[in-house]
Amino acid sequence: MSDPLVTFRNVQKRFGDFVAVRDMTLDIQPGEFLAIMGSSGCGKTTTLRMLAGLEQPTRGEIRIAGRLMNDVKPHDRDTPLVWQSLALFPFLTARENVEFGLKMRGVDKAERKRRALEWLDRMHIGEFADRSVDTLSGGQKQRVALARSLVMEPQMLLLDEPLSALDANLVIRMQGVLTQLQKELGITFVYVTHSQSEAFAMADRVVIMSQGDIAQIGTPKDIYRAPANRFVAEFVGRNNILTGTVKEASSETTRLATPAGTFMVETPETEPQTGTKRSFVVSADLVSLSLEEPTAANRVHAKVISEEFIGSVVTLFLESGDGQEFKVQMQERQLMNYDLHAGSQVWLSWETENAHMLDGD
Amino acid sequence: MTGNRALNIVLGLYVLLIFIFVFAPIVFSLVFSLNSQRFPTIPLGEFSTEWYEKILADPDIWRAALNSLIVSGCSAVLGTILGFATAYSDFRYSFRFKGPYLALILLPPTIPLIIMALAMLAWLSRLGLSGQLWSIIIAHSVLTAPFAMAIIRLRLQQMDPDLEAAAWNLGGSEWQAMRHVILPFCAPAIVSALCLTAAVSFDEFAVAWFVSGLNKTVPVAILEIVQGNIDPQVNAIGTFVFLTSMTLVILAQVFFISRQIRKTS
Repeated sequence: MSDPLVTFRNVQKRFGDFVAVRDMTLDIQPGEFLAIMGSSGCGKTTTLRMLAGLEQPTRGEIRIAGRLMNDVKPHDRDTPLVWQSLALFPFLTARENVEFGLKMRGVDKAERKRRALEWLDRMHIGEFADRSVDTLSGGQKQRVALARSLVMEPQMLLLDEPLSALDANLVIRMQGVLTQLQKELGITFVYVTHSQSEAFAMADRVVIMSQGDIAQIGTPKDIYRAPANRFVAEFVGRNNILTGTVKEASSETTRLATPAGTFMVETPETEPQTGTKRSFVVSADLVSLSLEEPTAANRVHAKVISEEFIGSVVTLFLESGDGQEFKVQMQERQLMNYDLHAGSQVWLSWETENAHMLDGD
Repeated sequence: MTGNRALNIVLGLYVLLIFIFVFAPIVFSLVFSLNSQRFPTIPLGEFSTEWYEKILADPDIWRAALNSLIVSGCSAVLGTILGFATAYSDFRYSFRFKGPYLALILLPPTIPLIIMALAMLAWLSRLGLSGQLWSIIIAHSVLTAPFAMAIIRLRLQQMDPDLEAAAWNLGGSEWQAMRHVILPFCAPAIVSALCLTAAVSFDEFAVAWFVSGLNKTVPVAILEIVQGNIDPQVNAIGTFVFLTSMTLVILAQVFFISRQIRKTS
């Protein structure tokens, strides 16, 4: 692997008593699409702002391409940012907005204009070049904001929830635009978002943050199927989380006794101690539902509480005898085979290989 | 709806009365400035521009007008710069005692003018700065800065705080961001503040009278004419002062306040 483009080494950022980022160590590779995801106040935006030089770390080191950046002013960096508010200059036209950075860097007028128009064309908004940005639609403004940053030909583009103001169908389109741009340009994208669907759809790697700490780093698939801890398991997707006592552990499987029953779980890298309290997750879409008692090793009898219907996918909420809550996700057309209503008794089961043990309890 | 109608009539009358009280003296002054009779009596005499010709021929009035122009021009510029600086410091920085800082800046218009004038005179003469044209400019800059600040602050409050950071992020230094982002964004408010501070300075009498020495501005000149005798010239000058101030205030409106209304509606 080549040298990382960005390194965070034990970076901390405090605002008075509030710790926004606790102790971050993270490498960002050249050319990767990295998403930083978390709920509001988790420190994701502060991390991005430190990269842009808009905040200084309280402790630790941030390096970009090997150079220590802690005290480098924002305007001496090559880290253009696409703002959540877009922050387009309202008194300028689309083209003048795109030219702004080049003007600050002293590029001459003709060259500025040429490059700005080239980028506006590339973003398919060339025809609006001389329109005031106030008169453009949300999607067009978004493209102006991207062009304004990318015209600087940076090694790395920072994006702070850039799609949060757009309608759902426009978000999907812009996701396509962004991933394609990132592939074509081959530069690093650091994308901050609270939206799981945006992060998972676009990123090569996702960093999940919680209260100033990194909760997990991994590919979208890793994080979705193998959440590292309870926070990630609850934050991501629809997971069933069960907690119990380790009864017996082999290198292959571990037997865990929970109030809802005793289940087999895949043994993680470090074998859990017998007698300790551990938790595991089963993703809601990997749980099967049947009316007859199944033969699978991991099964539990449960009662339907309610259902949530989103388009073609349905999530059923159920409860086992001891009050453990279960979620099952399936296609709506599958569900039609069963005649279910609140209170119906069903069997739930899952494969041992789909039960993933979490770190800690 | 009859109750509403009665209320509407009462409110309409009330507004009418306010307008009469405000504008009657001005209309009176305008009418008699164009009347041939020496004393303001009814029935009116003939239409005449005699008084305007007289003031146009009076070098003292010309000098006063020139002084007023210089004073209001300079103090508008200085007051607006001061006002902009304080408005920007409020926008950009948060610091301890910011509340008292802002209150202190907004204080001058709340002090009775006569007290302000006396204090200015005492202070400027102690420094050996009184009795000059620029004594009035200094005093008026202090007096008008809060108006400029209020207008520019209103504009800055509407600015996305990310705009300035976006300019830095795109390679602009703090000065470049100021020049290419903050100033253009505030331009309508700055023009409006220049007009308004010029109008305030142009009309101001008490402070000008105390610190001006022999350098009379128009309001001071008016007082001196009135002190001597009743002279319809005053009506002519008054009309001129009124039109100048109104023009400035309306310009201020056009540049800023009407835009605000359009933005919010």
